Amino acid sequence: MDYQTLRQKIIDIIAEIAVDEDLSNIDDTVRLRDQLDLDSMDFLDIVMELKKRYKIEVPTEDYPKLATMKSCIEYLGPKFA
Amino acid sequence: MSNHQNGRIVITGVGLTAPNANNLKEFREALLTQKSGITEMEIRYMGKVAVGNCNFDETLYQKKKMRRRGTRAGSISIYCAHEALNDSGLSLDSLVKDRTGIYLGITEHGNVETENEIYELHQNHLDTSLWSHHHNPRTVANTPAGEVSLNTGITGPAYTIGAACAAGNIGIIHGAQMLRLGEVDLALAGGISESTGTFGIFAGFKSQGALGTHEDPTKASRPLDVNRNGIVVSEGGAIFVLERLEDAEKRGAKIYGEIAGYHVNSDAVDFVLPETQRQIECMKAAIARAKITANDIDIVNLHATGTISGDENECEAINAVFSQSANTYVNCTKGFIGHAMGAAGALELAGNLPSFTDHKIHSCKYIENVDPRCNMRNLVNGEPVEKEVNYILSNSFGMLGINSVLIIKKYNK
Repeated sequence: MDYQTLRQKIIDIIAEIAVDEDLSNIDDTVRLRDQLDLDSMDFLDIVMELKKRYKIEVPTEDYPKLATMKSCIEYLGPKFA
Repeated sequence: MSNHQNGRIVITGVGLTAPNANNLKEFREALLTQKSGITEMEIRYMGKVAVGNCNFDETLYQKKKMRRRGTRAGSISIYCAHEALNDSGLSLDSLVKDRTGIYLGITEHGNVETENEIYELHQNHLDTSLWSHHHNPRTVANTPAGEVSLNTGITGPAYTIGAACAAGNIGIIHGAQMLRLGEVDLALAGGISESTGTFGIFAGFKSQGALGTHEDPTKASRPLDVNRNGIVVSEGGAIFVLERLEDAEKRGAKIYGEIAGYHVNSDAVDFVLPETQRQIECMKAAIARAKITANDIDIVNLHATGTISGDENECEAINAVFSQSANTYVNCTKGFIGHAMGAAGALELAGNLPSFTDHKIHSCKYIENVDPRCNMRNLVNGEPVEKEVNYILSNSFGMLGINSVLIIKKYNK
């Protein structure tokens, strides 16, 4: 799956959780928490949505890999494959 | 020992949402003009039922994300709390946050969330790993009050009081008690309900033979009518700003009325059936605490849910307590808004408070055929009554035999 397709799938999940946020200008290299109003419960929501939608499991020890958009895509890419 | 023990407690702000109104002005207008808020709604597993749903703007005081995370009860509470503070002339910034308490009466909390999650679980082939991590914070009993605390930054005590359908009154009573104890300097107190969000409460009343129905939903809730057939379940909320009189006067606050008396007791006889004698005792004790006589009461707002036995028992109690009270008029509210459960007592009191200033007693929703066993002297049925009002007594009773009576007095220096 190419970078942009994967990015859009992640954006779609974040859009459902961070409903008040403008997601049009996300910097892929900056921590999501530093540019969006996201807290730990939101990240749990993201993990749950990945499981519901794509049956992708993210173990607790891998949560730091969801820090930036770029790291999300690098981490999740092989799981979508 | 607090020096506020015998202090006078007053109401200085009202925030509410009801099936027919989203603030006190609209609510009063609706009650004076016979406007019903009852509609029909499709309920899971049950089909169409009569229901009282509110229509306030959930995002006026709350971010969409927090609404998604929280509960309908929390959202109703947040709306009512902000509206009450705005009405009282107090800004959030001006509050001493750790000296402000949030006390909300609830009939139940968590049923809506749990039922919906179990439904989802069945859609997800009983895979409990998909069970929401929001389940616990959404269903703990203090959630409605806690959501107000999170939203407003109020750091004083914030909790709910479970008291079935007597809870709206008891939230207010508890707020007054905490002010008198000196536990807080300002209380946001009242009652809340989100009960229309699940089928369970409707199905339970139906199984009990106590779910109100009519081909015209605006007639499904008809307390005291000989043809009544049960309760219409509603959601809603009413939160009052309560202060000690000296604090309210110091800041020049508008004062809606003063808490003059109250009482809470228990039947100790049945899970669901009411007990006339305990209701009589509850009203008499509240009147005694207010240091008045029954004839001083200008309005009795009935609990009157529209069940056969509930209405009859209460009317018998009223006739016993007010048999010599030519001054006392009787009305009820649930014909307009259904039974708002934990919010009922608080909402119904709010709807009568303007009587102190507009000198009108709102009618019941017109009762076509008054049950002879519910016929009381001075039952207000059809048109409002013009009258100077100095005391309002509000009844709210609940399952497991809990009774609450609250008396509000017109404010006089």
